[in-house]
Amino acid sequence: MNFSATKIVRPLYLICFLSLIYLTPLAAAQSPAPAVYAVTHAKLVTLAGPPIDDGTVVIKDGKIAAIGAAVEVPAGAQVIDAKGLQVSPGLFDPVTQMGLSEIGAVGSTVDTTETGPFNPDVVAATAVFPSSEHIPVTRASGVTEVLSVPGSGGFDSGGNRGLLAGQASAIHLAGWTMDEMQIKRSAAMVINWPTISTTTFDFATFSRKQKPYAEAKQEYEKQVNQLTDVLESARHYAQAMGHGGPSDFERDVKLEALVPVLRGQLPVLVFADRARDIRNAVEFCEKQKLRMILAGGEEAYKVKDLLRSKDVPVILRPVLTDPDEEDDAYDRLLSEPAELSAAGVKFALASFDNSFARRLGQNAANAIAHGLSPEEGLKSVTLYPAQILGISDQLGTLQVGKVANIIVTNGDPLELTTEVKYLFIRGQLTSTDNRHKHLYEKYLNRPKPSPGQKPT
Amino acid sequence: MKIHSTLLISLVVATLLGAACITASAATSPDAPPVILIQNATVLTVTKGTIEHGSVLIKDGKIAEVGANVKAPSGAQVIDGTGMFVTPGIIDCHSHIAVDGSVNEGSISVSSIANIAEVLDSDDISIYRDLAGGVTTANILHGSANSIGGQTIVIKLRWGQPAAKLPFEGALPGIKFALGENPKRSNFSVRGAERRYPASRMGVEETIRAAFTEARDYKNAWEAYNKKVATGEKNLIPPRRDLRLDPLVEVLEGKRYVHSHCYREDEILMLLRVAKEFGFKVRTLQHVLEGYKVADEIAAAGTGASTFSDWWAYKVEAYDAIPYNAALMTKRGVLVSINSDDAEEATHLNQEAAKSMKFGGLSHDEALKLVTINPAIQLGIDRHVGSIEVGKDADLVIYNHDPLSAYAVVQKTLIDGRVYFDRQKDIAGRPALEKEKKALLEKEKAAAKKPEEKKAEKPDEAKKPEEKKPEDKKKPEDMPKMPQVDVNGGAR
Repeated sequence: MNFSATKIVRPLYLICFLSLIYLTPLAAAQSPAPAVYAVTHAKLVTLAGPPIDDGTVVIKDGKIAAIGAAVEVPAGAQVIDAKGLQVSPGLFDPVTQMGLSEIGAVGSTVDTTETGPFNPDVVAATAVFPSSEHIPVTRASGVTEVLSVPGSGGFDSGGNRGLLAGQASAIHLAGWTMDEMQIKRSAAMVINWPTISTTTFDFATFSRKQKPYAEAKQEYEKQVNQLTDVLESARHYAQAMGHGGPSDFERDVKLEALVPVLRGQLPVLVFADRARDIRNAVEFCEKQKLRMILAGGEEAYKVKDLLRSKDVPVILRPVLTDPDEEDDAYDRLLSEPAELSAAGVKFALASFDNSFARRLGQNAANAIAHGLSPEEGLKSVTLYPAQILGISDQLGTLQVGKVANIIVTNGDPLELTTEVKYLFIRGQLTSTDNRHKHLYEKYLNRPKPSPGQKPT
Repeated sequence: MKIHSTLLISLVVATLLGAACITASAATSPDAPPVILIQNATVLTVTKGTIEHGSVLIKDGKIAEVGANVKAPSGAQVIDGTGMFVTPGIIDCHSHIAVDGSVNEGSISVSSIANIAEVLDSDDISIYRDLAGGVTTANILHGSANSIGGQTIVIKLRWGQPAAKLPFEGALPGIKFALGENPKRSNFSVRGAERRYPASRMGVEETIRAAFTEARDYKNAWEAYNKKVATGEKNLIPPRRDLRLDPLVEVLEGKRYVHSHCYREDEILMLLRVAKEFGFKVRTLQHVLEGYKVADEIAAAGTGASTFSDWWAYKVEAYDAIPYNAALMTKRGVLVSINSDDAEEATHLNQEAAKSMKFGGLSHDEALKLVTINPAIQLGIDRHVGSIEVGKDADLVIYNHDPLSAYAVVQKTLIDGRVYFDRQKDIAGRPALEKEKKALLEKEKAAAKKPEEKKAEKPDEAKKPEEKKPEDKKKPEDMPKMPQVDVNGGAR
């Protein structure tokens, strides 16, 4: 009976929080007009060539206009003397629920997952909340763009994420509206690959139950068949689309959304972790002629030769994750990036989360500590996500003509204690202020309780 | 006399058993050389500064000498620490590892009768993994399902030893309290069960007050009884023993620490008020994500705070969480530690501590204290561990890099002067383990092939090991990444 009461109370909480969000001075988030900037005397880590110890980068009209050791500062440019600082491409987190989820436990603030198994038509960009507090918090850690991924889990998913979960959107972590934030509205189609699971959780008895392998396999095959059916239907639909106008066939938004996938225009982002599931997914995508990107990949190391030979890139879940099996080496996930790198598998690192997106650099640094080269480590959170998602013509390195998503740091951008001093997104000097900083400053300045006022 | 002889016998038996256990585990437990010298390392003592090119001499499991010029006694095992960093063992003030089954007795709002110490699981692989992350001591807590949860215990991560060898000798036991969304069950419900009391923060306070009111009366009744016994009164009937109230009486007597899960500023002050009313101290506030809002009050109460580095937004009471919490509370005079609540998080607590340098500007020493001497003080074990000082337990970590960096990797972890984790040995031993696993799987396969047992199954199916979904992994108690209903009976 009390249940309904909480349902009412929750939105009330939310209203309080939302009003806070709106009161936050958004104006501080971005400078008003596109300006010309010159960041001078910086160490330039371009990732397009060797680092330049003392160089200048010129930013104009949102793009990198010039970069190098002997670059002149244009007249009228706003100059940032970055002596002792490092300039790098902003970090790119290629699996998040950014803007789709505010407070994990509060359903009304969560838009990560649709009901039912097939929702290829839903698009993350539709529901990304530009005022989400997660956006400024995350960019303060040097992340300038992310992929916002529907059906990619998160706190509230309860494990139900759908087979075809929708379209992931690549977004800048700054902008007044989605139009400004959007890099690629539809960057990948999400497939949550079914897994053969012999353990289930029974809510009636609140305990784990074992399921016979044969039964689990049957369920798995049923799901794969469903997926195959949907894709077959979409293929027929695509053929029908090719003949005559829209009035000649019955429109179906779900099947229509799959057409770019079948035409090879849109990659599939397939979530799978176990070696057997990955193998099956690779085989499936090959048969269906889908451009596969693997996401998760806890056991990608077991199928690294397959992944390399089929040119399947991997977006790895955080290396700061416990290995799945009790008898796995304790550093199994930590050393996986180095192992994939040595095997020639293309991979990127991601947070797979929202509130932990700011740990992206930490994850990359830990992979480096376990054998990955420092350059590969930085590329796995900048250039490689951009390449894997087909937007490296715009992002990922510091090169003339690319979008100016740039961070200026007082050291290695992956190190825990490094601070982001300046941040450019779409060539605009963007504030690193955020909810956490505001609360810190507010309570840092809280007066001591007055003498008459007894503590507690 | 009879009692004494029984005691003696059980003592002898226990000693024999203990000896047997040591012998039995000798194959897997690390060597215990009498003397070890770690040489030419950067020694971060935490309480006595940093010694470049320093040495630490270990004798009888204790730190015997620390300094720039320590000579190796004859027969000492020398560990070359060139380029290495030595720190005290990491102490995790909030852990749920090494527990067999659920960490929550979630059926009642006052579950002080339950005791984590009775369900320690020395085979939990998390012990080894946390050890590989430099953790040597952990405060093993009951879950946060109840306003007053179960009894808790401090352990050392002596991997390979039986459960009886895990408890930290001489550490006071504790009891878990929990405030806010978890005990009032805001984020989940148990199917088929009626909503239980408390369902609000008001009710949480009253649940605690009611329990301590009972405990106080119970204590008074026993004191009155004992007084009468002392004066020689005969034919007295003792008060009825109450196993639920006994631990609360220990709290009132200062013999058991209160470790309370909490988030919001109001509930923090509520608990400090209730503790004052009943005359006990809250030893640590756990999570305490809004502690920075009432840091002066926490400091004035002399209560410790043990928090996360940067978790936030997984529920409403974590929406005002800030990564500056540890630094801000420290600057306001609160004794602060950074904890894990999660087996994986524990493997990099050194990194989590380092974040307080960036968020709030703590010094290198202050940051390192958050996972060493500060949690040691909070758990009342700082006479034994938490810093590199002569006479303390030789619980040490050797890193290949400054531990307050994401690039630091633990090379060795020592407890009581014994090497319990050695990265090189771990790596070198992997082929042998792989071989052993293969052999076991072959054996299983051969057994599965016996026709009378496995007629129905195809051979290719029978040989496939069972797979777990990532969702089925052992989940931390308060982890944001969990499904809505906690497998452990509901608490986050």
